[in-house]
Amino acid sequence: MVARAREENVVLELRDVSKTVSGERHISDVSLKLEAGSLNVLLGPTLAGKTSLMRLMAGLDQPTAGTVHMDGADVTGVPVQKRSVAMVYQQFINYPSMSVYENIASPLRVAGRDRATIDREVKKAAELLRLEPFLDRLPLELSGGQQQRTALARAIVKNARLVLLDEPLANLDYKLREELRAELPRIFSESGAIFIYATTEPSEALLLGGKTATLSEGRVTQFGQTIEVFRNPLDLLTARTFSDPPLNTIEVRKDRDRFLLEGTTGLPVPAALSGLRDADYTLGFRPHHLSLAPRGQSSISLDARVTVTEVTGSESFVHLDYAGNQWVMLEEGVHRLSGGERIPVHLDTRHVLVFDKAGRSAAPDLAKAA
Amino acid sequence: MNRTWNNKAWFMVLPVLALVAFSAVIPLMTVVNYSVQDTFGNNVFFWVGTEWFEEVLHSDRFWAAMGRNLAFSAIILAIEVPLGIFIALNMPRKGWGVPVCLVLMALPLLIPFNVVGTIWQVFGRIDIGLLGRGLYILGVDYNYVRDPVDAWVTIILMDVWHWTSLVVLLSYAGLVSIPDAYYQAARIDGASRWAVFRYIQLPKMNRVLLIAILLRFMDSFMIYTEPFVVTGGGPGNTTTFLSIDLVKLAIGEFNLGEAAAMSIIYFLVILAMSWVFYTVMTNYGTEKR
Repeated sequence: MVARAREENVVLELRDVSKTVSGERHISDVSLKLEAGSLNVLLGPTLAGKTSLMRLMAGLDQPTAGTVHMDGADVTGVPVQKRSVAMVYQQFINYPSMSVYENIASPLRVAGRDRATIDREVKKAAELLRLEPFLDRLPLELSGGQQQRTALARAIVKNARLVLLDEPLANLDYKLREELRAELPRIFSESGAIFIYATTEPSEALLLGGKTATLSEGRVTQFGQTIEVFRNPLDLLTARTFSDPPLNTIEVRKDRDRFLLEGTTGLPVPAALSGLRDADYTLGFRPHHLSLAPRGQSSISLDARVTVTEVTGSESFVHLDYAGNQWVMLEEGVHRLSGGERIPVHLDTRHVLVFDKAGRSAAPDLAKAA
Repeated sequence: MNRTWNNKAWFMVLPVLALVAFSAVIPLMTVVNYSVQDTFGNNVFFWVGTEWFEEVLHSDRFWAAMGRNLAFSAIILAIEVPLGIFIALNMPRKGWGVPVCLVLMALPLLIPFNVVGTIWQVFGRIDIGLLGRGLYILGVDYNYVRDPVDAWVTIILMDVWHWTSLVVLLSYAGLVSIPDAYYQAARIDGASRWAVFRYIQLPKMNRVLLIAILLRFMDSFMIYTEPFVVTGGGPGNTTTFLSIDLVKLAIGEFNLGEAAAMSIIYFLVILAMSWVFYTVMTNYGTEKR
């Protein structure tokens, strides 16, 4: 890891940034430190504030409160064209009357580079994004994927320090999305830029890796290594944001060795959670931690009613009702369970997340108790 | 293949066919009929072939009127299109100003042609008109009844006043349909105001501009009512456009054969020029490699 040393220095920093638009809070007290050469995912549902946050990072908007720092210098009031920023949007934004070549060259022309440099840079970017055969075409004569590649190439040649990608693959069809997503980290890895990628899809964040900041209603709920945020969410909101299909939850009261739940016999408290104080908790677990067959000692059996089953090619999403809680079970293979049927399902308790009444993770307390 | 023929369908089309025949085909054919015949009265017609067409095409009067038409269309396009785009660019995009501007812009379009003519005829009079009298008091020698240049200026001003709104409204529709992300991308690139116009707004507007230019060309090339009301084709023949000349020929001089031939030539010229405009403009931008 050559880039390791460079990653240590903070490059873009948001300090208590808020943005209010006509009385409505779009961004609330966001503080983030992003490092050079890092890949950062902004994960959150639509209207969580991903685009608003990106606009503040870029300098397209000014924050109502708080400051933005680049290399330690306050750049809050500096307009976007004076910062080193490149942005790619969900829509395919290219200059409609310019050829692909001219589109890619446009940031270099604005920067006043000489002909030879422009030609070399454009050819390099076109090769990287496999656009060479289309350089003479107009953007609208290309497929969606090629149009977005052109927009990405424009962002690359700019060689900006901050590269913002706002759901760049959302408007592409499945196959192209997979293909481009796999290429993106490779494409930008050499540049050493801070790379920020907004998405609504948890699976996309996991595939990209790097770090993830989960957003909910204008707040960053957690920021850390993507896999860490996924495995150990600090609160229920983060766990919910970072789960697709939705996180299964159940509200219980712990009474010594049992989790009590009205209308059921309750569940035994797994050994790992025995250190919890007796109180009300919300248990959360992901759909693939429910299964039809038990998975060893840590599994407990629950009697649930099937509401509906969705079968995709090789997986089945079984929607369940357990004492009034709506759950989803993700099971390998094709299972045609009919609605109304009562079946025993098995919960792997090793992966159960525990949150207190305020929605905070109980894991830190557990660690302290142990 | 076993097709079922439903002859009832033909009856359904019949009313439309009859309507089109009465409103378009039959009148047009009557004109064609007149254009190839002559008469010495008593409803006796005889075949003259292309004589009327030759006469029209060899007449200086026709070509002079044609020249005036071309000049008029060229001038008003050169003024109304840039002016219309300029106004559209400066119109508000949101807030209370939008409906106000749109209604103000639509107003001139709602006024009947002959009323527009009358308004300007009175407006420009040097004895009672606000414009004419005002200029007279300021010592400007303006008189559209006597001076050909003043007559042209008046008619052009009138047309700009009447029709620029159409270009504005169409351009505005084109502008508001551009997603905000384009402007953001341009800001990030550090593009100048001119570059945003040249590389984003203009290309995104070219479809509606094509329609605007086509409509304005066809309408201006057929102009009749307003100059007829304001100047009646004068002073002399200086504002006698093809349409005015045609009416003089057909109704004033009752020269139906020549007028018919002229109508057909006039119609074909408009058709041909519109086609050229359309072809050139649709190809521009799409086939440019």
